[in-house]
Amino acid sequence: MFGLSEAPTVDYSQEHYRLEDYQSATPRWCSGCGDNAILSSVQRLCRDEQIPPEKAVFVSGIGCSSRFPHYMGTYGFHSLHGRALPIAQGVKLRRPDLKVFVNMGDGDCCSIGTAHWIHAIRYNMNMVAIVHDNEIYGMTKKQASPTTPKGIKTNTTPDGTWMDPLNILSATLGVSNVSFVANAVEWIPDILYSVMREAYHHKGFSFIRVIQRCPHFLPHMFDPLLQHPENIQILKHENGIQPTEGISNVYKNQIEHDPSDINRARELASQEGVAPVGVLYRNPDVPCYDELRRPPRAISLDTRKQALETQFDRFAVNAG
Amino acid sequence: MASTPDVVLPGNGIEPTTETPITVLSDTVVEIVSDAGEGAQKAGQSFATVSAKMGNGIWTVEIIPADIQPPSRDPAGASGIRIRVGTKEITNMGDKIDLIVAFNEQSLLGRIQYADFDPDARIILESMWRTHPDESIRDSYIEIVDQLKADGYNVYEVPLEELCGEHVSNPKLGKNMYVLGMLCWLYSRDMDLARQQITEIFRHKSQKIIDNNILLLDAGYEWASSHLDFRFDVPAKKSEVDRVVMNGNQSIALGVMASGMEMCAMYPITPATSASHYLAEVFEHVGGMVHQAEDEIAACAVAIGASYAGKCAVTITSGPGMSLKTELVGLATMAEIPLVMVNVQRGGPSTGQPTKVEQGDLMAAIYSNHGDAPKVVMATATIEDCFYSILTARKIAETFRIPVIVLSDANLATGQQPFPRPSFSADWLAPPIDQRPVAEGTVPYDWDERTGLSRRIIPGQPGGTFTVTGLAHTKSGKVAYDPKVNQQGMEMRSRKLAALQQTLKAPEVNGDEEGDLLIVGWGSTKGAIDEAVDRLREEGLSVSSVHLRFLQPMASGIGDILKRYKRVLTVELNYADELDGDLLTPDNQRFSSLALLLRARYLVDVRSYGTAFGQPLRPIDVEDRIRKELETLAVEA
Repeated sequence: MFGLSEAPTVDYSQEHYRLEDYQSATPRWCSGCGDNAILSSVQRLCRDEQIPPEKAVFVSGIGCSSRFPHYMGTYGFHSLHGRALPIAQGVKLRRPDLKVFVNMGDGDCCSIGTAHWIHAIRYNMNMVAIVHDNEIYGMTKKQASPTTPKGIKTNTTPDGTWMDPLNILSATLGVSNVSFVANAVEWIPDILYSVMREAYHHKGFSFIRVIQRCPHFLPHMFDPLLQHPENIQILKHENGIQPTEGISNVYKNQIEHDPSDINRARELASQEGVAPVGVLYRNPDVPCYDELRRPPRAISLDTRKQALETQFDRFAVNAG
Repeated sequence: MASTPDVVLPGNGIEPTTETPITVLSDTVVEIVSDAGEGAQKAGQSFATVSAKMGNGIWTVEIIPADIQPPSRDPAGASGIRIRVGTKEITNMGDKIDLIVAFNEQSLLGRIQYADFDPDARIILESMWRTHPDESIRDSYIEIVDQLKADGYNVYEVPLEELCGEHVSNPKLGKNMYVLGMLCWLYSRDMDLARQQITEIFRHKSQKIIDNNILLLDAGYEWASSHLDFRFDVPAKKSEVDRVVMNGNQSIALGVMASGMEMCAMYPITPATSASHYLAEVFEHVGGMVHQAEDEIAACAVAIGASYAGKCAVTITSGPGMSLKTELVGLATMAEIPLVMVNVQRGGPSTGQPTKVEQGDLMAAIYSNHGDAPKVVMATATIEDCFYSILTARKIAETFRIPVIVLSDANLATGQQPFPRPSFSADWLAPPIDQRPVAEGTVPYDWDERTGLSRRIIPGQPGGTFTVTGLAHTKSGKVAYDPKVNQQGMEMRSRKLAALQQTLKAPEVNGDEEGDLLIVGWGSTKGAIDEAVDRLREEGLSVSSVHLRFLQPMASGIGDILKRYKRVLTVELNYADELDGDLLTPDNQRFSSLALLLRARYLVDVRSYGTAFGQPLRPIDVEDRIRKELETLAVEA
């Protein structure tokens, strides 16, 4: 394929990738910003999975969350507002050897990039997509996002937002070919990490929504979840995540949820006031577009020439 | 012959003979028009292909309604094809129609309103409407035919469907091949080639369908030979080299296939899409894929993603699609990611005239990004050019890490023309991806200060990890907070155009190297402009022409060429003001796109002849305008 060497490249001098290998610039997010926790979780995942840094590509859109690739020691593509998914698809379609991750904000994924979000679910290409959902536009300084709850005052809605927010999880679970949907909160790193790991190992498009604090613009937005741990509903299952004892001591609202049950997943996703956390849905048998369209291994010069000559023949007008 | 339906011949029935004398023509224009879906284009393309195979020069123009199933018998819904056949090479659609075959009088009317007929042009018209059960249809038909005859047109009323019905059970479907047979007799075409052509176009259909169509072809030929009183030949000269005959969109698709690009991401849009249809059929043979994305923006993003990951990709679109992709093209410029975008131009702005030709997107191609976003813009002048332009575009895109926009148009998209068969060369292809580890200290934008060029690092290369960004960035790809860094990035991206410009040769002048008038054109108008200029030069007029293939950057030496003529006029298919309204003054007159570019760059008082009729340019239009310009020049002198 594309003249790539099929043999794995092994550098015996490097026995083990360390956390530092996945770190790059120091994050410039606000102090207390939930993006920091997501970054730590992802770096830990890369280290634990020993992903060669050159084999990982993090694609982002525009917004606070989309600075993410700059802080990774891997390849990165900080693209345009809303367009991270199709760029990531282009990478994956021609380079199945790369591990592709996508970082988007709630406005990025679910407002300006909505068409791509819906179709990315349907294409079901192998990649991990993380929506950093802080329910507000942060980088442009506090405007309403599609996930901002009704009644919240922002700079574009001084009298409060007018409509109920978009339920990202329900919407995602409603699209054909959906194959992996998980929900996490950034302030429970163990569960965030477990969800990431499940997403990474899933075959297909792994969609993770992470509820993320924006202490600068919405310092109290998630108080009902933070101050009332019973509002965090942990979904546990042998095919999902299994909370540790420590987590279970704090978060007692736990239910068994089989991630293969899409109807139950939809019910859980549509709850009011409760954040279901864990793997909502998983179906590894959904066809993946990138695998259906996987490029052939190698096309020789002769094959190329022959294919072209066949086409020229089709249009040929011979001399003489 | 007793069973043959009556044929109404002009001049009250001149008896045809099988010994009909053959008039030799060096050049002819034929049109076939019908309701959409009646196969006029298939018949016309076959006629053209047979002629090309015989060794004639050809040029075809498709007449395409905007609807898939427009109302029948509607002048605006006419679907069809115009074919110009000549002894020599043909480069444009010509001036006047010599013969038109119409399947109903309304489609005919649609063409008569626009097209230019020779006084002795002939019209072959389906006559079944004369006896149609619907009185209003009968009346309309009779009224129009009577009027045409009164106006002096040579109308041959032929009951095409009834004649086909003598041979097949569904005559409506086969009428087009019957007409092809008639045309083959009328123009002395090679029937073996015509039969082969039918076998080729119905290759995915059953043998019975092929047989029926050949039966109709032969019947049409036979009927014409015993009923029509005129016959032509356009002598052909067999080419000394092997040639291929195809339309511009097929040529673009073959160019993509031959260029080594392996991804075409697109979204359906007229008139670009047929390039992707053909490519989708053949691209996988060379490891490529056509990806139909959810929208134009995603198509461009997928192409950029694939390109970033190591192989240059193409997105093929038309005007509105280019507008939608604009922000991403800016990203490719800023992040220095190779990208080829083909824009098969149509009428604009907005939805404009989707099936009609216009060269209205030049300024948008060069300037539509916010900020300074240098990119390369090329235009294809011929069907052959469509193929080679893509090869060149891919090379430039990768070498210069820059988006290259290739402008084609609706005229080239469906127009067919033969050109020498390309001879495969490994140089066409993109080199394999460099997967070697990147040496320590290598930066992703290691700009050469003189040329702005830098080596491309792609994901997968150990030691090269960096983050591409659309933000202003340093050589290392780090977001720039230092004002000098932004200025440097601007300079380096701009420098690449200067470096490319140094490699471009000045275009060749058609005609004298100096004189009274120079016509400057770009894109598909080349054939019409050159033919007009050649004709007028034979009359002794002092006019030359030059055609630009690179619009951004423009080749060295163009300024010198412009300055050697008393007057420079661009001929373009995009709107320009003529000073003919009382509000219009030289201060507010708006010029055509190329004229404006040339005025700005070369400080020459370039005028423009810019029209947006949605029709390809005819040589006669250019000729008239050149005469007018030369007269004005003489008066001013």
